[in-house]
Amino acid sequence: MATFKEFRNNVKPNWCPGCGDFSVQASIQRAAANVGLEPERLAVISGIGCSGRISGYINAYGLHGIHGRALPIAQGVKLANRELTVIASGGDGDGFAIGMGHTVHAIRRNLDITYIVMDNQIYGLTKGQTSPRSAEGFKTKSTPEGSIESTLSPLEIAMSAGATFVAQSFSSDLKQLTALIEAGLNHKGFSLINVFSPCVTFNKVNTYDWFKENIVNLDQFPDYDPSNRIAAMNKIMETNGMLTGLIYQNTVRKSYEDLVVGFEEQGLANQDIQMSQEQFDKLLTEFK
Amino acid sequence: MISQLSWKIGGQQGEGVESTDRIFSTALNRLGYYLYGYRHFSSRIKGGHTNNKIRISTNPIRAISDDLDILVAFDQESIDLNSHELRPGGVVVADAKFNPTLPEGVNAKLFAVPITAIAEELGTSLMKNMVASGASWALLGLPVDVFNKAVEEEFGRKGPAIVEKNIEAVKRGSEFVLEQAGGPLDEFKLEPADGKQKLFMIGNEAIALGSIAAGCRLMSAYPITPASEIMEYLIKKLPKFGGTVVQTEDEIAAVTMAIGANYAGVRTMTASAGPGLSLMMEAIGLAGMTETPLVIVNTQRGGPSTGLPTKQEQSDLNAMVYGTHGEIPKIVISPASIEDCFYDTIEAFNLSEEYQVPVIIMTDLQLSLGKQSCGTLNLGEIPIKRGKLVRELPELEDNQYFKRYEFTEDGVSPRVLPGDKSGIHHVTGVEHDEVGRPSENAVNRQKMMDKRLNKLNGMTIRDAVRTDAPHNDADLLIIGMGSTGGTIDEARSRLDADGLRTNHITIRQIHPFPTSIVQAELEKAKKVVILENNATGQLASQVKLYAGNADKIESVLKYDGNPFLPSEVYKACKELI
Repeated sequence: MATFKEFRNNVKPNWCPGCGDFSVQASIQRAAANVGLEPERLAVISGIGCSGRISGYINAYGLHGIHGRALPIAQGVKLANRELTVIASGGDGDGFAIGMGHTVHAIRRNLDITYIVMDNQIYGLTKGQTSPRSAEGFKTKSTPEGSIESTLSPLEIAMSAGATFVAQSFSSDLKQLTALIEAGLNHKGFSLINVFSPCVTFNKVNTYDWFKENIVNLDQFPDYDPSNRIAAMNKIMETNGMLTGLIYQNTVRKSYEDLVVGFEEQGLANQDIQMSQEQFDKLLTEFK
Repeated sequence: MISQLSWKIGGQQGEGVESTDRIFSTALNRLGYYLYGYRHFSSRIKGGHTNNKIRISTNPIRAISDDLDILVAFDQESIDLNSHELRPGGVVVADAKFNPTLPEGVNAKLFAVPITAIAEELGTSLMKNMVASGASWALLGLPVDVFNKAVEEEFGRKGPAIVEKNIEAVKRGSEFVLEQAGGPLDEFKLEPADGKQKLFMIGNEAIALGSIAAGCRLMSAYPITPASEIMEYLIKKLPKFGGTVVQTEDEIAAVTMAIGANYAGVRTMTASAGPGLSLMMEAIGLAGMTETPLVIVNTQRGGPSTGLPTKQEQSDLNAMVYGTHGEIPKIVISPASIEDCFYDTIEAFNLSEEYQVPVIIMTDLQLSLGKQSCGTLNLGEIPIKRGKLVRELPELEDNQYFKRYEFTEDGVSPRVLPGDKSGIHHVTGVEHDEVGRPSENAVNRQKMMDKRLNKLNGMTIRDAVRTDAPHNDADLLIIGMGSTGGTIDEARSRLDADGLRTNHITIRQIHPFPTSIVQAELEKAKKVVILENNATGQLASQVKLYAGNADKIESVLKYDGNPFLPSEVYKACKELI
């Protein structure tokens, strides 16, 4: 069984010192080892942005695609070979702005992949513009007078889109984050894990200290029942989305792969693709 | 006796025009006739004039006809809009309900049959299409049992009572018209066909069939006219082969999902038309940059923007050849027949893996949707080839990484699939080094660009340029692509009868351009005409750019939404000679 070290490669991340993404990377590596994965059985598909580079920093199969499209690429990988474990990842701009359409539909589709969003409430790689996650009034290079658009709540959207696994964490809380990624990897369906991952360079408001002060940690509520959809939605709204932990999990709904008629356990990529003459002749008779 | 005739049915969309056409042509196919269909339809579901035309022949045909022998009309509009096509002495079978009249100057026989009345008498006006088609079938004097068999197949799943009623409708329509006409019309008596059933399908079905034969097991697509039949066919069939079709939220998801699936090792395609192709452009660049195989079908329709969504055009050529920012290797192939649609699709999958590039199969609406007889299709004719795909790599030495983008002589690097223990590598749309890691190194950048762009040097598909050049000193060389070939050949035989000698080449490999073959033909030609369904002569621009001889080349362009007619091509060529 692989150790977390085996999920490391020798590439030095180009993130700023202190970036929250380092801890997300470490948590993915630990969680992958903890659930018993081998590096070659894991595919990490990422989008564009600072956080999108993560697929290159983990020793596994990695694909760094185009902006906002990590999820459809990841779903393609999983459909092609369901024997693989697939993680999709990227930032809040990638997943909730340019890629929001895909996020909602990936949630609805419920393929068994784990989507980890590094949410820093700002555009980092383009040097500090507003994100759909920025607070109203938040001043950035593109909103010098403060953002006048409402802040998007990915958790509420995920819940209303029929998500089967919704979690949120904070990059400083390595223990919780690792445990949630493990739970996401073990969940049979689409899991969304939104991670507050502070941008130390461009976001001087939503800092580590700010998160520590404002977060409500569900782990402190032993009676919280993540299988209760209404309670989950209430909790998200009560805390204005500033909560961490496993918020909702539906273990009943089957994953997309399990619902597709004719889909076998063996990955399609590992099946023979040559059609027999008999099969071909049968198809042709319909055209006579 | 005649060797061919044209039949058309017209009415309001949703009135059963499609199903009547289907039954009529299935029965003709059973008798062994060669058929070529044309659908005139609008971008709405109920209402609006629609018509289907079938050309029926004892010999192979690949073009719509200029004129019409029999028109079946459900309303006066169908007569008004289509009777100008009728040849003198043609026949109109129309519903007596609307007191049909022929426009002035139309020399045809009109049979007013109480189509709706008979259908209603039998229980439902829905069956009026059966009454009408029964009447027109009877006028041709063709065996009724074959027709009834086709009716039975169309309605079989609705139960024997429905089948029986529909057959009764056919009989009543037939009896009524035969009494009026005094028996089948001698002038429309077709020579018997060879009795051999041909394959009969639309281009989209041939592409879908080809994809399964090629080992395609996934398709991700977004519905669009005129591409949807491909996904609709595959969603019925792929589950039998372990695969599936995913209807995505948009074409960007469709193409990127296909890229992900191809990366993970399953032959996957997507299909769309102009608007979808435009949305796919960025992702096509990703496939080119990451050297990931990808097959896209683009069924061209009238552009730009929403354009003419249900009409014929060939105006996406530039978008396919040049589309995506930056520079990537890309293959664009253009099937020109139903058989091509099948074989080219298999070849497209092979090429996409052998060269690790995106391949676009370009059709046009008439080729995609025109139902026609097709020759034999052989499963093994193009064997599946997966290029440098490596399974189970030997173990690498410590601290070594698999070189997914290794510099090789032909520019194509070994490719491994996720899951292989020794093949772990990184893929990125950022410029990268041999192991796939981002690199801005100037020397590496130039080498990588050259590696990718030179992969297609000397690449030619099977039958890259289809040449029919019987004359050494032809008066005219005609160049076309896609569905226009049959029309051009029909015009050529008329020109031939006038003593004018023409050669014809069909360019099937659009990109990379097959320069040497085309150039050789241009050098020999006195005069060249390039026919295409667009307004700016996109194919002609490619020909001139790569094969020169611009001073010899004239363009004949049609972009009113309709395919060329043989008479139009004949006239245009004659004027040029």
